[in-house]
Amino acid sequence: MSSYSVTEPSRRQKWFAGILVVLYALITILPLVWIIATSFKTPSDAIAYPPKTFFTPTVEGYVNVFTTRTRLTEEQLQAVGEPQTWYDRLVRKDGLVISGPSRFAERFTNSVIIGFGSTVLCIVLGTAAAYAFSRFKVPLKDDLMFFILSTRMMPPIAVAIPIFLMFRSLGLSDTHAGMILLYTAVNLSLSVWLLKGFIDEIPIEYEEAALIDGYTRFQAFYKVVLPQAATGIASTAIFCLIFAWNEYAFAVLLTSGNAQTAPPFIPTIIGVSGQDWPAVAAGATLFLVPVMVFTILLRKHLLRGITFGAVRK
Amino acid sequence: MLHSPVDRVAEATPHAMAKRFRGLSDRSLAWLFVTPSIVLLLAVNIFPLIWTIRLSFTNFRVNRPNAEVAFVGLKNYVSILSDKDIWLTMQATAHFLIWTLVLQVLIGFSLAYLINKKFRGNDLWTTIIVLPMMLSPAVVGNFWTFLYQPQIGLFNYAVGFLTGADPSSFSMIGDVSLAPWAIVIVDTWMWTPFVMLICLAGLRSIPDSIYEAAECDRASKWRQFWTITIPLVLPFLMLAVLFRGIENFKMFDLVVQLTGGGPGSITELTSINLKREAFEKWRTGYASAYAVILFVTVFGLASIYVKALNKVKQR
Repeated sequence: MSSYSVTEPSRRQKWFAGILVVLYALITILPLVWIIATSFKTPSDAIAYPPKTFFTPTVEGYVNVFTTRTRLTEEQLQAVGEPQTWYDRLVRKDGLVISGPSRFAERFTNSVIIGFGSTVLCIVLGTAAAYAFSRFKVPLKDDLMFFILSTRMMPPIAVAIPIFLMFRSLGLSDTHAGMILLYTAVNLSLSVWLLKGFIDEIPIEYEEAALIDGYTRFQAFYKVVLPQAATGIASTAIFCLIFAWNEYAFAVLLTSGNAQTAPPFIPTIIGVSGQDWPAVAAGATLFLVPVMVFTILLRKHLLRGITFGAVRK
Repeated sequence: MLHSPVDRVAEATPHAMAKRFRGLSDRSLAWLFVTPSIVLLLAVNIFPLIWTIRLSFTNFRVNRPNAEVAFVGLKNYVSILSDKDIWLTMQATAHFLIWTLVLQVLIGFSLAYLINKKFRGNDLWTTIIVLPMMLSPAVVGNFWTFLYQPQIGLFNYAVGFLTGADPSSFSMIGDVSLAPWAIVIVDTWMWTPFVMLICLAGLRSIPDSIYEAAECDRASKWRQFWTITIPLVLPFLMLAVLFRGIENFKMFDLVVQLTGGGPGSITELTSINLKREAFEKWRTGYASAYAVILFVTVFGLASIYVKALNKVKQR
């Protein structure tokens, strides 16, 4: 491609654009880098002035996020005896002993269960509905599609009151099942709209050929259409998962003890003496890094989901 | 691959029945596929909405289940619309909405324009810019309170470093005049990539041939930008504004973690205010009326906007 093109930016323009974009990108990830860095600091390094860029890394924050600790007096410490494990030793130098596990692991597991549960359900329902909207003459199709989209406009708090009452009378409040159903419903609009776009792009001739070969409509759906839509389904699934993973408003209002997910929990992490920022950062890092890795690895497939399918490639 | 419950049902049914089931007509299959989704949406979205509307005409309180529920007509609506504090939260929301949209459109479009110069490695840098918006707003918002700490906070340090001001002399989330900007900054940091991606898609959808033709007609670059680039990207940009507008009108998680509505109630956006009424003061009927008003506002503004958007698209 050596031919001169009027639309190809000049080298100088490319350099200029590149430098500005890279500069913005570096500034924009600084807070994220700072979260990860803080998670490896000691509490005193974390609140040092000026902010410390270079420090001796420690996993204290990670130990703190998974445990609860108590401060003991000198005599009590002697009565407890020598610390047994590396994490015991780590907290002992501050005069603390580990009194038990924190609820972080539990909250994290809840996030995983609710996230994956709602994603699977959402994809099953969404694929079926999207296929029907894409291929069949559904009465009132446009109205139904708009109805599905409009459910997205409601502020979560606005529907939270009756959902709170409804869940309470159905015994669903603060349960995994309740949150899975709720997140499925919230994500369904995105999933139907995205998947319809993907299925629309699969040529209808494939199915027609399958039907002529004696497949039933149903077989044509799952033997021909589903494999072809696999990439689309996968990227939609990632979006549903990320949304359910990040959701906060419903989680904080409708769950407390049993089914609480990590986002309402992480800000409540408090150390023995005040806000323990390395522990908060460690919790946040464990929670955020999987999403960052996902985003970087799957960047090619994510664009459409971000823009709600409104923008094709 | 057993993907849908329908599949599993089909698997489990006796052969004769299975044959009939699999041979379902298109019409019944269509219904079978659409109904579960619609039912779920009705149950979790529309039914609660109707319930909210019903509650909004009563004085019901969740924390007093035994008290008699009385029908109070439009009283809740009247007292909300005549409440000065609620107009203050509306103002706070408007400030937040307008400034986040302005900043995100300006920065988002500029970034997209630069990325579209197709320098080497633009793909990776785009992804890095996109990272903040993929993360949990509550968790990130919480951490920003740390970055905003006077003296020890990275943000204050950076501002101090750049302007020479003393990092401990100001508190972004503790100061009444700075807090509204603190939430605008974090939201802009988080959501500019969204506007950027949609603009980028818009820029990439413009065929080269249009610019080539303009070049043949000796149109200046400046002229090309205003008569080709801007009009063709505008529908995309407006779409981005629509999505961000709806989302920021509903804004809850990021701001509640960042400032909690404070100091005082200077950053108390409508969603946060509504949560106070509904889940702290437990004025359920009143809060329901509030929710209905908000929903009607979003829906009304969005429909007017979509009409304008369609006009732009048709041009």
